[in-house]
Amino acid sequence: MSKGNRKYTPGRCALSAVLLTALGLILAGVPVATAQESSPVDTSVVTDSLKTVSLLPVTDVEVRDNPNDEGGTVRISWRPSTDDSLGRVALYFIYRAVAADGPFEKIGEVTAGTFSLLDGNASDDSSYYYCVVALDTKSAKAGLTPDMLVGLPTAGPVSSSAQWFNFQRINTFVACILLTTFILLMIQQAKSGKKLFIRKIAGLEAVDEAVGRATEMGRKIFYVPGTQDMDNVQTIAGVTILGRVAEMAAQYETWLQVPVSRSLVLVTAREVVKEAYSKAGRPDAYHEDQVHYLTDDQFGYAAAIDGMVVREKPATIFYMGAFYAESLILAETGNASGAIQIAGTAMPSQLPFFVASCDYTLIGEELFAASAYLSREPKLLGSLKGQDMGKALILVAIIIGTLLETFGIWDFSRLFSVID
Amino acid sequence: MDHFAVWIAAFLTMGIVSFLYKDNPWYKLSEAIFVGISAGYWFIALFWDSIYSKFWLGKEADPFLWVGVFLGVLMLLRLIPKIGWISRWPLAFIVGCTSGLYLINFLASNLMRQVQATIQPLFGPDFGASLYAAVGSIVIVVGTFSGLVYFFFSKEHKGAFGATAKLGIWFIMITFGASFGYTVMSRMSLLIGRIDFLLTDWLGLIR
Repeated sequence: MSKGNRKYTPGRCALSAVLLTALGLILAGVPVATAQESSPVDTSVVTDSLKTVSLLPVTDVEVRDNPNDEGGTVRISWRPSTDDSLGRVALYFIYRAVAADGPFEKIGEVTAGTFSLLDGNASDDSSYYYCVVALDTKSAKAGLTPDMLVGLPTAGPVSSSAQWFNFQRINTFVACILLTTFILLMIQQAKSGKKLFIRKIAGLEAVDEAVGRATEMGRKIFYVPGTQDMDNVQTIAGVTILGRVAEMAAQYETWLQVPVSRSLVLVTAREVVKEAYSKAGRPDAYHEDQVHYLTDDQFGYAAAIDGMVVREKPATIFYMGAFYAESLILAETGNASGAIQIAGTAMPSQLPFFVASCDYTLIGEELFAASAYLSREPKLLGSLKGQDMGKALILVAIIIGTLLETFGIWDFSRLFSVID
Repeated sequence: MDHFAVWIAAFLTMGIVSFLYKDNPWYKLSEAIFVGISAGYWFIALFWDSIYSKFWLGKEADPFLWVGVFLGVLMLLRLIPKIGWISRWPLAFIVGCTSGLYLINFLASNLMRQVQATIQPLFGPDFGASLYAAVGSIVIVVGTFSGLVYFFFSKEHKGAFGATAKLGIWFIMITFGASFGYTVMSRMSLLIGRIDFLLTDWLGLIR
């Protein structure tokens, strides 16, 4: 390793992980919440006007900023009306105002037996007051007029705020740190020259054969990167594989055509193909028209590709990315035209169609492993190996958890609980 | 006017369906109209939904929208060849942010929740369920375990490990078979909907 390069040693990786964890915990401890402390209110006194329509009031209304969120939400909870247990309460109406004396507006209602509500329409810059009223069916149907709420005890003020750290997802944070550490360790090993084994993936072994077939037949290669945008990881994986396919097409001097359905994919795919042609030493062979836009519409895109396939009869078609209902329309037409087809997607509902109508299919994670497999770059191979270590840990967790639960110890699986 | 629209819709539907016979001028015309109109429609829809509704009307309330505009302008620099390379920055931003966001989402949904759902008692006094539920639990645990083994890339699928991976791919293929049948049935309902349109709205044979 050159002197100027940053070195990732196992010790440093572990230290980074510890420091990141500590940073997260420190950030979490920063008092960022500006919500008022909860304010218990005794609402046992009810105005005369309210008595005519409502049941007994609820007690101990508490309002507070909803924790572990991005702000904008206040949690209102209360002790049930004594009439609730007698079955006389139909609904609880929840009201909000920016001043203690109103005017109040209704922000929601919950059925009897529910004693909390999240107000998701709060502004972090405002303070609010809340009141809760229990009503029977008749009163709930009639509704309350604003004057009936005058003088009603309120809870507040409270304001919502965002938190930097979601403590309910600390397990996800730990998993992220572990996985990142595994990947960094493996990348370090790959960089230091250790040979990392990757098993054969049939669909990727066939890429060479598929490009070669198109060259021999003197026909085009079609590459379809799915119908989703660049904010989808499958599209990103598809465009990454496109780079490798384009490089081979440039080397073999075979025409590669990439019809896309999104403007951002168009721009990215053009960059990737252009770079691949340069890498292959054939920048002159690249034409911008090779990557072209059709339409954003899912079925319009499918209809256009179907037409192109039957008219131009490509020798090879790749489908790599995220697909929906158009998958079978595309793959079946390609199959009927006699093209060799290689598909890859992580959409569980579309994989059966590709398996049925394509020669090779990359299932789920094989799509994401493809770029490492095809390029054999140490960084990517190390990343793949690191992910395998993560999977090994999951397998161990499943075995331990299943055994513990079988023998009646239930706490282990709670380590994996994620609350939104 | 409505009647005219129904005739156009029927004409284009039949044009697309004619592809089942073979590629023909009718299909080509329908395809060109479909692609052209949908591309134009999406352009207008994105303009009104994003540029007008989100940015133009909301720019005062949310100053962060200017970040999006800035990145959009950088993207348009592709049109100027000398500084076109700058358009790679917003692309890098999108790809980087997407990867980061998805990492956390996948860890939460595909890892944590999946592991929690898989961990369940196989049998025993605390299980207290029927034989049917016990078999279901075993299938879930064994299926998830062997399926995960199939997706190991850094170990050769040989011996016991290979056998487990093979069991995993069997589980996956059986799931695909069930999913295939289910989806074909839902596609049949789409076909029925289209035939219903032709027979009811267009020809008036069903009232």
